Amino acid sequence: MTFLGMPAASLTGGNLDGEQPFPEAARLSVGNAQLRRNLGAATHTIRGKRAAVVSELPDWQELRAAGAAIKDDVLANLERYLLQLEQQVTARGGTVHWARDAQEANRIVTDLVKATGASEVVKVKSMATQEIGLNEALEQAGIEAFETDLAELIVQLGHDKPSHILVPAIHRNRSEIREIFLREMPDVDPALTDVPAALAEAARGHLRRKFLTAEVAISGANFAVAETGTLAVVESEGNGRMCLTLPKTLITVMGIEKLVPTWRDLEVFLQLLPRSSTGERMNPYTSMWTGAVEGQQFHLVLLDNGRTATLADPQGRSALRCIRCSACLNVCPVYERAGGHAYGSVYPGPIGAVLSPQLTGVDRNPSLPYASTLCGACYDVCPVAIDIPSMLVHLRARVVDDKREQHRLPSPEQAAMAAASWTMRDSRRWTRALRAVRLSKPLRGWRLLPPPLSSWISSRDLPAAPAQSFRDWWTEREKSRDE
Amino acid sequence: MRVALFITCLADGLYPDVAKATVGLLERLGHEVEVPLQQSCCGQMHINTGYPREAVPLIRNHVDAFAGYDAIVAPSASCTASIRHQHGEVASSIGDASLIASTAEIAARTYELSEFLTDVLEVTDVGAYYPHRVTYHPTCHSLRLLRVGDRPLQLLRQVRGIDLVELPDAESCCGFGGTFALKNPDVSTAMLADKMQNVLQTRAEVCAAGDSSCLMHIGGGLSRLKVGVRTVHLAEILAST
Repeated sequence: MTFLGMPAASLTGGNLDGEQPFPEAARLSVGNAQLRRNLGAATHTIRGKRAAVVSELPDWQELRAAGAAIKDDVLANLERYLLQLEQQVTARGGTVHWARDAQEANRIVTDLVKATGASEVVKVKSMATQEIGLNEALEQAGIEAFETDLAELIVQLGHDKPSHILVPAIHRNRSEIREIFLREMPDVDPALTDVPAALAEAARGHLRRKFLTAEVAISGANFAVAETGTLAVVESEGNGRMCLTLPKTLITVMGIEKLVPTWRDLEVFLQLLPRSSTGERMNPYTSMWTGAVEGQQFHLVLLDNGRTATLADPQGRSALRCIRCSACLNVCPVYERAGGHAYGSVYPGPIGAVLSPQLTGVDRNPSLPYASTLCGACYDVCPVAIDIPSMLVHLRARVVDDKREQHRLPSPEQAAMAAASWTMRDSRRWTRALRAVRLSKPLRGWRLLPPPLSSWISSRDLPAAPAQSFRDWWTEREKSRDE
Repeated sequence: MRVALFITCLADGLYPDVAKATVGLLERLGHEVEVPLQQSCCGQMHINTGYPREAVPLIRNHVDAFAGYDAIVAPSASCTASIRHQHGEVASSIGDASLIASTAEIAARTYELSEFLTDVLEVTDVGAYYPHRVTYHPTCHSLRLLRVGDRPLQLLRQVRGIDLVELPDAESCCGFGGTFALKNPDVSTAMLADKMQNVLQTRAEVCAAGDSSCLMHIGGGLSRLKVGVRTVHLAEILAST
């Protein structure tokens, strides 16, 4: 439900919507057998690991509730915490920039890099910079960005797009990765095998040269502590830490919802995140920095890009609790079959289906709220208890309302829904409608039917229409009992 | 105890045997069942497709039809979940205080069949006989919205003659999802294919579940494959003697 005064998300640039609606994009990916195999294997493995480490914690539900409560406090008092963060970061030698949307954030970062005179930057894996399309913007300004997260590197070298929040190259298997490295990596050993250790070694050699020469690093942030101005990045490879510590200039792009009020709040999230995302008890590398270290420059770019608009919807705002763990992707039966690219946004899966349309406005992503069976698996695993299924249902109503506003004539779906509502609200009309069901009997076995039945019979037979509705049977039974 | 049957629109029009079985079972257990014919549909299809406004008259009709009963039993977890969780939300969204109150009252008295049998009537052995090899698919809304847990299996385990076999990856969605099956036929079919493969692996002759909607989807797929496996609602098995 839209209400007056809700800021509309009006964004420029960025990677939050695709060229095709979800069902069409998914048709292609569902038909890709290799992709289905890669995704099925990978999601089931992470799913199992997560379930095992979550079940170890007796207070998981309490942690989850605490995570949700902390984030809700942040969202309810966002302005205060953001100003506090700005003050703390500035007091410790950092510079804070505010970006309304993708275009503004890209311009700020590009100008900052240009000011250093660097023509190359190294990057820590970051969703925010993927969201705004920073690499493309830098490229246009003649600056080359090197992704240093192994999976992001695979995606970048493969001229590909990330398809998962945590494992951007989840759609690739190791033999495909070997081919990408052989084709795209300069100085690669032509005898490279597809053994994971060999692939990692090749990436390490390639990246080490970049770490030692880069003057500028760009990162995202998993968390920012308002009370101290501390930023945190959580990762598995140590490549992030190289970027955060070696170059002279560090630029961090962070969504405004990534805040936690106090240092102590990290205790909750550093338990929730690794167990939910990689299925580890603790993540291997947690880097934290406060302001600028001596000899280093630190810039923090705070990104809105539709977040304020999301915050304005009381039934949609809890999507901003998300800590990008991707547990919902790994358990989602739709994601498992369709893959991340089908969602058209850097945020795929269940959380993407509620976040992307809110960040862009539902008019730019009308098919995503429908990209779910509402099976509820996502809500069960969400470490900050985002009720994704209910939010999807809410966003579907917003999509329908938006279409009503855009078009004067009702769509066939709107007409059918109105007709069904009119028929079903009155028991006499409904009783007669049910009698008409048996007229559909001859349709069974037909292979050509109009939409939406054509979608049904593409893979499923129609049910056999019974000779009599239950209510007619009941009425007869009651009559014969009375006699 | 005045017990009313919520037929559900799908059972009324397409699967009357499911509703007949529910009545037969409850009567066999010694309860008189009333069927208020003013009822039609819970409105879940409207709500879940983005038409809560069109669902409002259906919700009003539903609470009118079922006012005054001690218990309302539905052979569907999905419809029960909609009544329990969504009706109140829709009523709140239009700010109708009397509808908020009546939906809460009806929701508190509405039970999915396996809940009603195990929690209210406190029976697990309903005296059924069903000599077939059966695998049970726990539907998403029974598992994750109603949290019925193993109640349906407790009931099935007591059925005489039954050869109950575990369904691999049972808790995965079958791919129905209401209008999802029509809006996203390719993903829906991919999910269905995996579900059917798991059903076939059990070598069961019957795939059972507590929701006619999911069974319509799985059964439609199995029928298309002509593999000789049929879908049967939990109520029909429990009503068999």
